[in-house]
Amino acid sequence: MTRTALMALLSHWRRHKLQLATLLTGLALATALWSGVQAINAEARRSYDRAAATLGQDVLDRLTAPEGVTLDQFVALRRAGWQVSPVIEGRIRAGGTPLRILGIDPLTAPPQAGLTALAGDNDIIGDFLSTPGLLLVAPETAAQIGDADLPPTRIAPDVAPGTAVTDLATARRLLERQRLSYLLVASEQPLGLPPLSDIAELDRRTPDESTDLSELTDSFHLNLTAFGLLSFAVGLFIVQSAIGLAFEQRRQSFRTLRALGLSLRRLMVLLTAELAVFALLAGIAGLALGYGIAAALLPGVAGTLRGLYGASVAGTLAFDPAWAAAGLGITLAGTALAGAQALWRVARMPLLAPAQPRAWAMASARTLTAQAGGAVALLLTSAVLVWVGEGLIAAFACLGALLLGAALALPPLLIGALRIARPLARGPVGEWLLADGRQQVPALSLALMALLLALSANVGVGTMVGSFRTTFTAWLDQRLAAELYVTAPDEAAAARVRAAGDELADAVVPIWSVDVDLRGRPGSVYGIADDPLYRDNWPILEALPEVWDRVAAGTGAIVNEQLFRGTDMTLGAPLRMAEGWEVPVVGVYSDYGNPAPQAMIGSDALSRRYPDVPRLRFAVRTDPDQAAEVAAQLRERARLPDQGVVNQSEVKALSLRVFEQTFLVTGALNVLTLGVAGIAVLTSLLTLSGLRLPQLAPLWALGMRPRTLAALEVARTCLLALLTWALSLPVGLALAWVLLAKVNVEAFGWRLPMHLFPAQWIGLAGAALLAAGLACLWPAIRLTRLPPSRLLRVFAHDR
Amino acid sequence: MIASVPAAILSAALAAVPAAVLAQGYAGLGAEADGDFAVPQQGAALAFPGDHLPHPDYRIEWWYLTAALSAADGTRYGVQWTLFRSALRPGSDTPGLPGDTRQVWMGHAAVTTPDAHLFDERLARGGVGQAGVTEPFEAWIDDWTMRSTAPADADPLDAITLTARGNRFAYDLALEATGPLVLHGDAGFSVKSPAGQASYYYSQPFYDVSGTLTLPEGDIEVTGSGWLDREWSSQPLSGDQEGWDWFSLSFESGAKLMGFGLRESDGGHFTSATWIAPDGTETAYGDGALRLTPGATAEVAGRTIPVEWRVELPDEGLDVTTTPLNPQAWMGTTFSYWEGPIAISGSHDGHGYLEMTGYE
Repeated sequence: MTRTALMALLSHWRRHKLQLATLLTGLALATALWSGVQAINAEARRSYDRAAATLGQDVLDRLTAPEGVTLDQFVALRRAGWQVSPVIEGRIRAGGTPLRILGIDPLTAPPQAGLTALAGDNDIIGDFLSTPGLLLVAPETAAQIGDADLPPTRIAPDVAPGTAVTDLATARRLLERQRLSYLLVASEQPLGLPPLSDIAELDRRTPDESTDLSELTDSFHLNLTAFGLLSFAVGLFIVQSAIGLAFEQRRQSFRTLRALGLSLRRLMVLLTAELAVFALLAGIAGLALGYGIAAALLPGVAGTLRGLYGASVAGTLAFDPAWAAAGLGITLAGTALAGAQALWRVARMPLLAPAQPRAWAMASARTLTAQAGGAVALLLTSAVLVWVGEGLIAAFACLGALLLGAALALPPLLIGALRIARPLARGPVGEWLLADGRQQVPALSLALMALLLALSANVGVGTMVGSFRTTFTAWLDQRLAAELYVTAPDEAAAARVRAAGDELADAVVPIWSVDVDLRGRPGSVYGIADDPLYRDNWPILEALPEVWDRVAAGTGAIVNEQLFRGTDMTLGAPLRMAEGWEVPVVGVYSDYGNPAPQAMIGSDALSRRYPDVPRLRFAVRTDPDQAAEVAAQLRERARLPDQGVVNQSEVKALSLRVFEQTFLVTGALNVLTLGVAGIAVLTSLLTLSGLRLPQLAPLWALGMRPRTLAALEVARTCLLALLTWALSLPVGLALAWVLLAKVNVEAFGWRLPMHLFPAQWIGLAGAALLAAGLACLWPAIRLTRLPPSRLLRVFAHDR
Repeated sequence: MIASVPAAILSAALAAVPAAVLAQGYAGLGAEADGDFAVPQQGAALAFPGDHLPHPDYRIEWWYLTAALSAADGTRYGVQWTLFRSALRPGSDTPGLPGDTRQVWMGHAAVTTPDAHLFDERLARGGVGQAGVTEPFEAWIDDWTMRSTAPADADPLDAITLTARGNRFAYDLALEATGPLVLHGDAGFSVKSPAGQASYYYSQPFYDVSGTLTLPEGDIEVTGSGWLDREWSSQPLSGDQEGWDWFSLSFESGAKLMGFGLRESDGGHFTSATWIAPDGTETAYGDGALRLTPGATAEVAGRTIPVEWRVELPDEGLDVTTTPLNPQAWMGTTFSYWEGPIAISGSHDGHGYLEMTGYE
């Protein structure tokens, strides 16, 4: 009996191959996008862990000396047992662009980007350690430096762009240096070493920005995960519609099988097993596809993370069985979710009820009302969460309720819109088109919901990324207002910088700070000069009147947004910056990317409290066109190490390049999500095309040509897509607002202002029309080729 | 220990510095000896103390000390101290940082206890002064040293001090020789394969050792016996040799045995042995005289390794079984191998050291 039942059930799929393909495609796509994003995230996390485990060079302490470290000092420390490794760093010009030379000792260096390019090739290692040496560079750098007069290059994709990693001796020759720039101190040292100061007089420095990589990169991964989840949801819409249709069409078979004595339990088991097998098959295909997507996107992601956060992520993907298992698991769970309703209906199907095939998913007015009610409830929940919710979970729940509510609200809203448009219709065909459109909405609703979600995600994420970009670049302009930033290694060099700067530049403004606990967290207070550099440019978010006068006089301090929001401060609240020294907070400025609290006050006031802090950093104002020249002169006259002078325009250019790379990744995911929604529309239309013949046959009989009918079908689908797009705008903007104003603040402590990008929306309307147009093209073409006999048969079968 | 380490060490010492390269394993082991390097010649007499110093025209060389020790409470320990020299090109390095490094140095140090195997590794380029071997005799890399304390009229290796320290262990030992240097093979010319690959090879197997081990649980005073190997060559393993099993055995009778077997890909062993009488008189045995039979195995670092062996040298009436103090004595260094103290039982009793390489 079981075998017969199984054959009967499966025969459905033999007769409806397209439906089977739809189901499998939906599942595979959902799995692919979800698992692809997961693979990227996992790879990134593995890289962070690796970096943390292998003494990432950025977080290692450094030993420095004003005039550089000597080779003898290095050897003396090694011979005393200290695990230190020498570095020579500097800049040269190659092929017209600056090239950062990072000279290391591969034998003592902590694990480091680029060196893997040497792996397993003895000749190459010999070359690296010999004259003329070898430069390890990223592919784009190799193209840039071209055939400049330099040692041979070897491609190492994990080296940061614009940098060449090479041997210590090669770097020394290229940079014409005698001394080492600094020594890296391994974080773990042998037992019982003598104190450093007994061996060599060197300053030990811990890098200032000891930023937690994972904290910074979380926002990026959050974006990716949200995308993956959305795509998965969109894919499940396809799956649910396919399962729903298949079950509806098999009602007769179910009834017959049950009447023949198949127990309900066994029928349910068979149906569940059938779905599970489909889920497994599609899941495996989806995993392969997801792996492909991840492999294709990963280099871009790696570039973004490296440029934006300095996080080194391998550009290649490792296969992880746990990832595959999780991917299959989520496919099974998703299938269960999508099939639950259909299974439940089968379970409750009365055995003797007439097995009349209902038009699939032709929702009654009651269903519509229920949907509208659910939508209102969800949207209200979302709104309430915006006001009272706290924490990341609440913010995400708010997002979920918003998206689900919007999706549920779509069918009633579309029907309402078509109803309102009715007076606009001219002639019977126009009226029929609108009425037919209304009648189609329930059947197409799932696919349209998918389209809505995809469009909303596009609007929302596009707005967020765009806002981030606009704000960040504006902020960079404000924060990096000076043309050059100079760091002197000691007081003598600082004096030389001031002297040379007075002569070369328009102004030299000192920047100095002290490390202070601010409201219980380690932070820093900057002493700033009363200079237009700050008054005209500083990114103030909120301030009391005469903020700069008060800061200059030392009677008020301004704080960064992280400190302000993190401790629920108000303007005017007192801030303690030294034992017995409190001043009111008079302003807040934005300070993106810095997790630590920070405050600023007039330089004089601060130096009265902290008289002994050396002032080694300066902002140098000069004609932007002259900046490079002035930088070179400053380096030379003040005898500064190469990294001592930073050109603002280089920093900005790098940041912007990084952002473009970020857009590449989000852009690609946007297109993919939209593509999945397009497929959802296509599959719905395809399954509908057979069911809709009874509606179309009378029109044909009235004399309308199939070609006209097809054109009307396309027009109707595009109309629905356009309406969906219109509804997606408010949803997407709400999504962006929650992301910017809630999730960001909860996750990172700063709030980004929201910018609108109408041009993007127009483009998206085009994309929605294109997706819908392409999706209905095939069904429309099939319609024009329909033999008249099929249409006639509708009347013959008319009940 | 075998003259094939050169290619492996070269590949390991440099390529493998970043951890990612570990996977390369024995890549390049079958490489031919480079024509620029000197090749050991049969009949060339070794001369001391000059031959204690580096031979930079040969590709590979080492100063290799192992010691089987015990504490007052009877607990047994093992100590290893090794300095490898590996040449990129023949010749000494110019002092300083001239940019044409010829010699690369690698140090391995380990302490084995019944339930732990602690090890560390150091690497250095020649010329800068971070590692080397100089007169008066001192071999060093960073703060790991082997320094002569012998009187001026004695062989410099007659008395030495030995120090090393890692993140979780340290040791400081004094060693005094109670017998002469021993030359292996034909007066120090030691053949490694039927095809004629060979090295110069001598030992000082007669050290009495005393000193202090510093372990995570504290300092431990130890005494025991030590064995120094000196070997240099330019010729890698022949292509069909996969690895080697090397034994240094000290019997209660005062006699000693150095024996090794090179595993060939067809499953055979090319063996060689030196029987050392208590007075230092050596008897060399060529291929086939020594028989090595693997016994019980253990899972070590993800591979199956025979940690017990039957060692037979019928010509000397020897038939013993060796068991490891700690089967997990794995040197997980860039160039990885098994190296640890062993106990001997059977026709003779005693202690020794075992090294096994090439188990993938």
